[in-house]
Amino acid sequence: MANTEATATETEEEKVLTDLEKVGEPRAPRKKPNEINAEELTGQIETPKVQRDVADHKPYLCKPKSMEKLGFPSELRSDWHDAAIAKMGDLLKKYKALQVYMDICVKCGSCTDKCHYFIGTQDGNNMPVARAELFRKVYRKYFTTEGKILGKLAGAERFDLDLLGEWYSYFHQCSQCRRCSVFCPYGIDTAEISMAAREIMDHIGVGQKYTNDIIVKVHEVGNNLGMNPKALAATLESTEEDLEEETGQKIRLPLDVEGADVLMVTPSADFFASPHVESLLGYAKVMHQAGINWTFSSTASEAGNFGIFIGNYGQMQKVASRVQKAIEELRPKRLVVGECGHAWRIAYSFWNTIIGPFGSLDPNYPRPQHICEFTLDLYNRGAIKFDKSANDDRVVTMHDSCNVARGARMGDQRGGQFTIPRELIKASCNRYVDMDQDTIMEKTFCCGGGGGLLTDDLLELRVQGALPRMQALHKVRETHGVNFMACICAIDKAQFTKVMPKYGIPLSVCGGVHQLVASAIELGAKE
Amino acid sequence: MTVLFVILAYLAATVFIVGLVAKVWKYATTPAPLKIPQTPAPVTETGVPGRMLSEVAVFKSLFKSNRVLWLAAYLFHIGLLLAVIKHFRFFFAGIAAVPGLSVFTTYEMYAGPIMAIGLLFLLMLRFVVDRHAYISVMSDYFLLLLLVGIAVTGVIAKHFLRVDLVQVKTFVMGIVSFSPQAFPAEPIFIIHFSLVLLLLVYFPFSKLMHAAGLFFSPTRNQVDNPREKRLVTPWAAETPAQVEVVEEAPETI
Repeated sequence: MANTEATATETEEEKVLTDLEKVGEPRAPRKKPNEINAEELTGQIETPKVQRDVADHKPYLCKPKSMEKLGFPSELRSDWHDAAIAKMGDLLKKYKALQVYMDICVKCGSCTDKCHYFIGTQDGNNMPVARAELFRKVYRKYFTTEGKILGKLAGAERFDLDLLGEWYSYFHQCSQCRRCSVFCPYGIDTAEISMAAREIMDHIGVGQKYTNDIIVKVHEVGNNLGMNPKALAATLESTEEDLEEETGQKIRLPLDVEGADVLMVTPSADFFASPHVESLLGYAKVMHQAGINWTFSSTASEAGNFGIFIGNYGQMQKVASRVQKAIEELRPKRLVVGECGHAWRIAYSFWNTIIGPFGSLDPNYPRPQHICEFTLDLYNRGAIKFDKSANDDRVVTMHDSCNVARGARMGDQRGGQFTIPRELIKASCNRYVDMDQDTIMEKTFCCGGGGGLLTDDLLELRVQGALPRMQALHKVRETHGVNFMACICAIDKAQFTKVMPKYGIPLSVCGGVHQLVASAIELGAKE
Repeated sequence: MTVLFVILAYLAATVFIVGLVAKVWKYATTPAPLKIPQTPAPVTETGVPGRMLSEVAVFKSLFKSNRVLWLAAYLFHIGLLLAVIKHFRFFFAGIAAVPGLSVFTTYEMYAGPIMAIGLLFLLMLRFVVDRHAYISVMSDYFLLLLLVGIAVTGVIAKHFLRVDLVQVKTFVMGIVSFSPQAFPAEPIFIIHFSLVLLLLVYFPFSKLMHAAGLFFSPTRNQVDNPREKRLVTPWAAETPAQVEVVEEAPETI
């Protein structure tokens, strides 16, 4: 720390910022939670007029210790510029998507009104194409003939500290939800670009605290919430007691049972966060009623995998390999994944590649299987029964999680990720209504907290980013009296319960699909 | 004049072909280590060409997104397609005998105007819509104007100044068959031909590569079957993954 002496002698207002601080600190100080206000809801999603530099949100920088633990430089490298360009070259060779998407954007403008962060912040750089341009500027400068010859005329720019600061800000205002990609004539996926940008930043010593700390926590303790095996066992035990009190039945939440039929991997938030735990009760009741021998694993006590958010293949694989290890330890026949959006994308789309093949699992079932696929299958086969009237106090809608909607599937039919959860919801309640077509299924709006942005230092952005979803929800609340929005994502649940009060919507409106199942399922002896 | 334009034509064609092949080779050989199709996606191999066709033939995603933009883009591309088809006659002898081609050639007189209208429409959007203006840089305007120039000079050469098409055909066929013939040195043709050569040279280095790149877009060309079929690419398979589970984890709860 060369400048410790200098800063010590200077007064507060003349504090000399290190280069890293220049990159990581927003121009204006972050607002306190009670200073953040949400827009008044009208039920209409409107495209704002473009503003310049109005959303200077930046998450906290990752501390050196966590950076080191993940194998990243602890501070901004002195040769950061060259290192960043080298890493970019490396990624361009490794990822077809990145290479192709760098070249083929024609800036037609199709995506410009599609991002929830643009709609919420009105900042031009939150238009997907403008966000990607921050990356392309650098790409053109160092990797294209056009940029080398024409420079700024072709939109090429030198990678300097100011641009790095913009990268840090705007690539952390992308929740990697892929909504823009749906509307792109070439399917350009901004998520791939923001993942690459974060990967480059990590490699030069500019990491994000929230995502990186959580990955460290998974490596060291086993899950995102930092709950060790002992604590996990205790939590499950007390939840069993609660369940017995509620139902009068001995419903188990087994841990580390060898040779169980089903290994359940779920986001750790399900173990005690609210309303997540309500879905956990749902899983347990389903297993109990169907008479299935199942287990959680203390090794794989986390379905979430923040490796995807920082675009680091090795970290993603290392986090996922805990599941592989749990399979080796417990030898289950089936693998089921709980309600979690990005986790399901990774489980469904990536697990087979990064920790597969799942040769030891029963090939008669999907490997892995989503809990909604699992439960609906049991219901359709008559292994469990629902009393819909148990949810008669509810008018239900469904929020499609972006990673499930646009990055994964359920069932064996195209679009099963939309129909299966809806069938399950409709089987467990009498009153269901969809939000506007432009805001659901493949066009679903992100909750505003995905992609590693679910941190309080970005709370203002999260509130702004939730705006389109809140508008759509508000509309069905006004027109149909909706009072329950079912989610299949731990991040949705955490995000909505945090931002809904800002919009004047009660917390109880957000819950899980298996929360409905938990209410409706008929427990007890089968006919 | 003939020598100059013959050399320029071969240079431009070489840059275009070599550049295009090099880019396509790069796209084709860069690995896609993970399954990232934009779902809902085709669940079988045979479904992918259908999805691709809907994007190439009717710009499905753009249609879903923005009808005005779709109309502008579609007009331009249809005009371009017709224009390209009508230029076949300069490259191939006896092209008129190809069955079915008359369907296009009947409408060929509209090719240039449709193309120009579409382009001006696209250009206008960049000025009128604040979001489009925000993202547009010099090269975006330049390309549109270059294409407008090509369309307009083409229309003028064909319908107004009536360039000697036989002479043009002789020249182009000469280039194609490597036995150069006299260059039709009429001013309007010189401009039209020069702009086309410029476009060819610029093509592989510019966003015009979307024409080839679209087919390599993993979100559009991948099959949604990751559970059934394991995807493994070389570098990804070599990435080591090791788990160290800390036995005595600190109490945090």
